Amino acid sequence: MSQSDSAVRPNRKVETLDQVVIRFAGDSGDGMQLTGSQFTNTAALMGNDLATLPDFPAEIRAPAGTLAGVSGFQLRFSSYDIHTPGDAPDVLVAMNAAALKVNLGDLRAGGLLIVNTGGFGKKELEMAGYPKSPLEGDALRAYRVVAVDLNDLTKRALEGLGLSMKEALRCKNFFALGVCCWLFSRPLDPTEAWIKTKFAKSEQMVEANLRVLRAGFNFADTTELFQTVYQVPPAAMPKGTYRNVMGNEALSMGFLAASELSGLELFLGSYPITPASDILHTLAAYKNFGVTTFQAEDEIAAITSAIGASYAGKIGMTTTSGPGVALKTEALGLAVSLELPLVLVNVQRGGPSTGLPTKTEQADLFQAVLGRNGEAPIPVIAAASPADCFYAAIEAVRLAIRYMTPVILLSDGYIANGSEPWLLPKVADLPKMPVRFAGQNGEPVPEKFLPYLRDEKTLARPWAVPGTPGYEHRIGGIEKADKTGSISYDPENHERMCKLRQEKVNRIASDCPPPEFEGDEDADIVVLGWGSTHGAITGAVRQARANGLSVARCHLRHVWPFPQGLGPILKRAKKVLIPEMNLGQLWRLVRSEYLVDAISLPKVQGRPFTSSEILEKIQSLS
Amino acid sequence: MTPTTEATTPAYTKKDFESDQTIRWCPGCGDYAILATVQSVLAGLGIPREEFAVVSGIGCSSRFPYYLSTYGFHSIHGRAPAIATGVKLANPKLSVWVVTGDGDGLSIGGNHLLHVLRRNVDLKILMFNNRIYGLTKGQYSPTSEQGKVTKSTPYGSVDNPVDPVNFALAAGATFVARSVDVFRQHLSDTVAAAAMHRGAAFVEIYQNCNIFNDGAFESLTAKATRDEKALYLEHGQPLRYGPDKSLGFALKGASLEKIDLKQHPEREKDLLLWDNQEPSGTLGMLANHLPKDPSNPVPLGIFRRLEKPTFDAGMRAQIDAARAKRGPGNLEKLLYSGTTWTV
Repeated sequence: MSQSDSAVRPNRKVETLDQVVIRFAGDSGDGMQLTGSQFTNTAALMGNDLATLPDFPAEIRAPAGTLAGVSGFQLRFSSYDIHTPGDAPDVLVAMNAAALKVNLGDLRAGGLLIVNTGGFGKKELEMAGYPKSPLEGDALRAYRVVAVDLNDLTKRALEGLGLSMKEALRCKNFFALGVCCWLFSRPLDPTEAWIKTKFAKSEQMVEANLRVLRAGFNFADTTELFQTVYQVPPAAMPKGTYRNVMGNEALSMGFLAASELSGLELFLGSYPITPASDILHTLAAYKNFGVTTFQAEDEIAAITSAIGASYAGKIGMTTTSGPGVALKTEALGLAVSLELPLVLVNVQRGGPSTGLPTKTEQADLFQAVLGRNGEAPIPVIAAASPADCFYAAIEAVRLAIRYMTPVILLSDGYIANGSEPWLLPKVADLPKMPVRFAGQNGEPVPEKFLPYLRDEKTLARPWAVPGTPGYEHRIGGIEKADKTGSISYDPENHERMCKLRQEKVNRIASDCPPPEFEGDEDADIVVLGWGSTHGAITGAVRQARANGLSVARCHLRHVWPFPQGLGPILKRAKKVLIPEMNLGQLWRLVRSEYLVDAISLPKVQGRPFTSSEILEKIQSLS
Repeated sequence: MTPTTEATTPAYTKKDFESDQTIRWCPGCGDYAILATVQSVLAGLGIPREEFAVVSGIGCSSRFPYYLSTYGFHSIHGRAPAIATGVKLANPKLSVWVVTGDGDGLSIGGNHLLHVLRRNVDLKILMFNNRIYGLTKGQYSPTSEQGKVTKSTPYGSVDNPVDPVNFALAAGATFVARSVDVFRQHLSDTVAAAAMHRGAAFVEIYQNCNIFNDGAFESLTAKATRDEKALYLEHGQPLRYGPDKSLGFALKGASLEKIDLKQHPEREKDLLLWDNQEPSGTLGMLANHLPKDPSNPVPLGIFRRLEKPTFDAGMRAQIDAARAKRGPGNLEKLLYSGTTWTV
């Protein structure tokens, strides 16, 4: 097959769609994440807007064929601006019986169901809990079913290559990918190029995967399985250069950017934890940017080493998830007391305790805002989408060094592993954030250096790093006397210091942009969100407005302290709706802060909101 | 860091390392002697004062940084080794010290101590061992002898104690030593040797808590008996001790045999020559096992001193190598790398 004729076939009906939601589901060993990513990259290259939602089990390889072992990857690609990976899939690719069982309920009525009959043997059916094959009878009649034995076709495509049965079957995801590429008029070139790089070490594997991919494409082309070929034209996106990016990747690049913009090297102290480890992996590879990545012995050493590095003049940061934050809590309090810059990233997952390690949630907001002993205020910001992680990382560092404070950046599993097209910025357009270390700007050495003498505007204390002559001083977690930093147990001093630390953080409320607001100022309903609900809320509110409802939306990048301007927005609305992937944490904070009788829309299922869930709620309030 | 003798380094006296803070240890505490000794040692190392960073945890010993005029960091319970690792990795030029105690370093912070030693981070770690929790007013510690009666163990403690030197040897520390608060010269020499070591240097310092565990080391420190009870480990020298050095130890199988040289002068040749470069730590542990028998002396001095690559140098070398190979990071190039498309 030549590359050029991977375009639409003239002998089929061609239908143009403005969006498609497709979900690949199979065993966790079936390569579904990889299949999904490759299909995503191709969609990106074709200029579609897109959003992805990987969904995989916590176990690396749960027993093959079981319901627990099902791994899924959902992609929505479109020819218009979208904000979520979609609600109900239009297309479901199910590689075995368990994958069908777990995912069928989500497929929209009339949706296209591509099943691998090779994964519906007696054993697979039993493990999935099907007393008889759902492929027989009329259990699936609500869908357009295309049943293909991918196992057999893959084996046949690989005949003569000398692969074992096991090795051959491992290629079957590429057969499915080839079929889908044909179905949605996607070229094979990007995947072929990827296969050649990925398997460069084994000529045999390159050959095998290419063969299977092309076999899938050709099979779809020559058989009469599909009456229609679909096209999804490119989306009208703002001009510029794009790449597809996942949240953890964007976050890592954001920290590299913050390093460049501040002129300080990064120090990441981290301990492996799902779903945050990819940030450690990513930054560990960029040592030429001057990044020190320290895989510590535990969560506590991860944060305390970062505090040590900040003390010595680096951007100290630590990345983790909820249980890790719990362990780091005492050290966070220390950073508050020391008034040193520090960034803690919490890629939230389902809790409490170990909870749902690979599933998403936003239930660590209270932990971030309130979860320390003593009066220990810490600013909290949140990333809204995969690409937004880049800017959130820069903002976290800006606040940390400008205010000499620890900052908590909340992401979550949904945006960490999800992806979207990112309109790349020019580095020269990003604002610089230079740092002045005390005693390194040619100023005369003071008679007595005062480590807690504050900047009038920000209330930040000076950052004097070891190695600076004349600025030797002692800091610690015991209460310090104002200005001198000496140990002090004086009652009035303690109250003054508590208030100063609080006031310093409060001032951030007027040093950040007003909250993002979309819609009419006098809208009856304001939907307020933070973090990764951004996409689902945007989709729902735009739909509701298109339906003629009086609704607007407001989004918080700076979650704590609340930014200036939030109060009036909430007070003038007749109703405030707060969808959150928790049982109402922002909702409680808003009520206590503004005495606004807001309405909570909670969801704690380890899955993100769909736009329709929020839309439904808006409609019920209208 | 390795001490330098740059001409620019001022000639310091002990006074230059005293801070303006009022010292708040109990009168008679062993910490005073240690502080005075360390101040003198630091003054004589030839390192500019601003290049010292002293990090501590929580406990009586951990107040130490406040009383030094260097950069000081009094942190949280047990975490000083991890904080110090961050300081050292961030600025390898600094001479980074950790001051800890038996509870801080071996109970709540035992994990960090283990890892900092096995990584061989270039830190100088002084552990004041008084075998008691002093700041919380007298509970038994992980180094308290079994059966110790304290407020928290009115019927005696049940657990076996951990021996700090054995712990450090087993963790793979490259420098392991023991000294005593009141043995000023020995302490000074030991701390100075630790300061000169490149890598994780661990020094256990027996320290008397005269309030909650007074006399814990009295059989060793009492003027009348110290010559009988102290066994000084000196590299290349035979293991001899006693008022007239008439007692010694020879290696016999997997243990040490006590030899009375007055009765058996012919056996002098059998005495074990101390070797602190023996890499397995076996000799160190054998010597450290001696005090299990109360009639034996307590070994003091350097148990092990090995030259090994340090963690901080290795980490820095990776950054340098990455820069040499790939050039300094180019953010613009990184952002626009991989698959991109233009609208």
